[in-house]
Amino acid sequence: MVEVRLFAYFRDNRGKILYLDPNLFPTVQIILDHLGIKLSDVQILLVNGRHSHAQHLLKENDIVALFPPVAGG
Amino acid sequence: MSTTYNLKMLRVNLTDQTIKTEDLDEKLAKKFLGGRGLGTKILYDEGVATVDPLSPENKLIFINGPLTGANVPTGGRYMVVTKAPLNNMIASSNSGGVWGARLKYAGYDALIVEGKSEKPVYLVIDDEHVEIKDAATLWGKTSEETEEALKETYGKNASVLNIGPAGENLALLACIINEADRAAGRTGVGAVMGSKNLKAVVCSSKRTVVEPYDKEALRETVTASLKLIKENGVTGTGLPTYGTAVLVNIINNVGSFPTKNWQESQFATSEEISGEMLKEKFLVKQGFCHRCPIGCGRVINMNGKIVGGPEYEPLWAYGANCGLDDLEAITIANYWANEMGLDAIGAPTTIATAMELYQKGYITDEDCDGVPLKWGSSEAIIEWTKRMGLGSNPLAKLMASGSYRLCEHYGVPELSMSVKKQDMPAYDARGIQGIGLTYATSNRGGCHVRGYMISPEILGLPQPLDRFATEDKALWTKIFQDLTAVIDSSGMCLFTSFAIGAAEYAAMINAATGTNYTPEELLVVGERIYNIERMFNKAAGMKPEDDTLPKRLLEEPIPDGPSKGEVSKLHILLPQYYELRGWENAFPTEATLKRLELL
Ligand code: SF4
Repeated sequence: MVEVRLFAYFRDNRGKILYLDPNLFPTVQIILDHLGIKLSDVQILLVNGRHSHAQHLLKENDIVALFPPVAGG
Repeated sequence: MSTTYNLKMLRVNLTDQTIKTEDLDEKLAKKFLGGRGLGTKILYDEGVATVDPLSPENKLIFINGPLTGANVPTGGRYMVVTKAPLNNMIASSNSGGVWGARLKYAGYDALIVEGKSEKPVYLVIDDEHVEIKDAATLWGKTSEETEEALKETYGKNASVLNIGPAGENLALLACIINEADRAAGRTGVGAVMGSKNLKAVVCSSKRTVVEPYDKEALRETVTASLKLIKENGVTGTGLPTYGTAVLVNIINNVGSFPTKNWQESQFATSEEISGEMLKEKFLVKQGFCHRCPIGCGRVINMNGKIVGGPEYEPLWAYGANCGLDDLEAITIANYWANEMGLDAIGAPTTIATAMELYQKGYITDEDCDGVPLKWGSSEAIIEWTKRMGLGSNPLAKLMASGSYRLCEHYGVPELSMSVKKQDMPAYDARGIQGIGLTYATSNRGGCHVRGYMISPEILGLPQPLDRFATEDKALWTKIFQDLTAVIDSSGMCLFTSFAIGAAEYAAMINAATGTNYTPEELLVVGERIYNIERMFNKAAGMKPEDDTLPKRLLEEPIPDGPSKGEVSKLHILLPQYYELRGWENAFPTEATLKRLELL
């Protein structure tokens, strides 16, 4: 399974964590489509803690983390 | 012609109890802008670099920028500029709230405090009426008690800045608090105030506006900037909804969230201390500084008491860095840091350092006086914060002087996660190369708000940079440092820079004061400010080898997680950076000083 972590208001009505089968959801883009999140609304896209992109091919045990525009200091 | 500078400064000498107003040279003001820049120039010219920071010879400057009090978004910031007792270098600490705007409306760009009062006093500024008053009944009070007592006398519209017990005790981690939870937090500015026996400064004014040079032009540029701030995802939605605390999950997920005094870089239960959790469990409403359209402040309900909640930094420093995921305990410890008048970064990072010293057997149970400094102890973070503020036992006194002196005492200075004796904030620079360069070259020591490289390296703003790479990082760091020096000197909040840039700052400064800065020229002003700070440090005895990072960051790879195996590549970045700055051996060359009109 791929662990998908959602943060800030991406959690609204979606929950914090989802587990998805990489055979059915082979890229981040397909996960975003499934969740109804526009790629342009994603500010930080991590796969296994590294910045990545929507076409990243996912494999078993990958962790995807998605953040909307947020910041601090 | 109108200008948002008052072109007047107030100089108070507490030794001979004299109060003078003096003119501020407009050309000089424009050359260094105000705040951080002008404050450092004044200190440098008045020979403060070589004095003992806790002696009457040190000067404590509270100084506005041209946009403080002006009708611009976040136009309410002021700086405290002095010689830092924590590291004998330049101290400049920025604070929000409404105090700075009140000083501007009262008719002054700066308040310069000199000398030392024989007994505790406080200062009252009410437009042209300025008075030194006896503070005997206030001494010993916490910051909230002090503010309440003074507001009872001077009315709720008076703004109060003050020191808590930590500043009175000359704790080198003492800060200055205004509006209960806004702090000029770092480098020990509160100890300088305490050394002068100055408990508080009350400021009020009948005015609520300053007239800009060109009202119409200012209105136009402010409308455009406000639109950018409101429409920007970070300043329009992210910061207002979650505050800075939202960073907990971001930085932890990239594996650069220092844990247990930087022994690890990921905290398994970070969700428990995250901005999302703070919102869910404790948030009552947003907190706003003067004229702020963003409102990143967190007003929380702490056991029925409505107080200012923790920012990202204390959430990390009391949390992951102390191996603790008890959010309620962090809110209480953070409250006590404010009440005691302690730096809410430096105090908890020092507690985390003490926990490593306890883990390794340097600090004993006997030293701990009934409250062991154990990782993850809620009791320890609350109790030791109070003890450090009050200086209530020998170890607490030592800890209140910061992690460097604490570790030096035990013969292991390398365990202090500090740069120039000031503790680094919540980003592990081994996995984020640019922020390491910012820490190492910051004129006031370990600090993220002197050039927030996290923005491009982690958040992807204004464009993404590979956090592990060294290419271009020296140039980006220099530009961020120079722009930050401009913002800190202007009187606006650094957080506006997520949405607007040098062009907007230049337009607002020009309309407010009549200058004609292009964005490029404004960055040169920032560079000038960065260089005058460096010259202050040189005169104060800074050595080239002070531009470095703790051994742990240079030699011990991150043990686990997404940044595993990384160390800081400072040895590559530093020479590139010096070259770009026109510095040799960490200091500006004569040609650089001439180019920046500092010679
Ligand atoms: S963004 Fe936050 S810190 Fe900055 S002025 Fe607004 S409330 Fe204050």
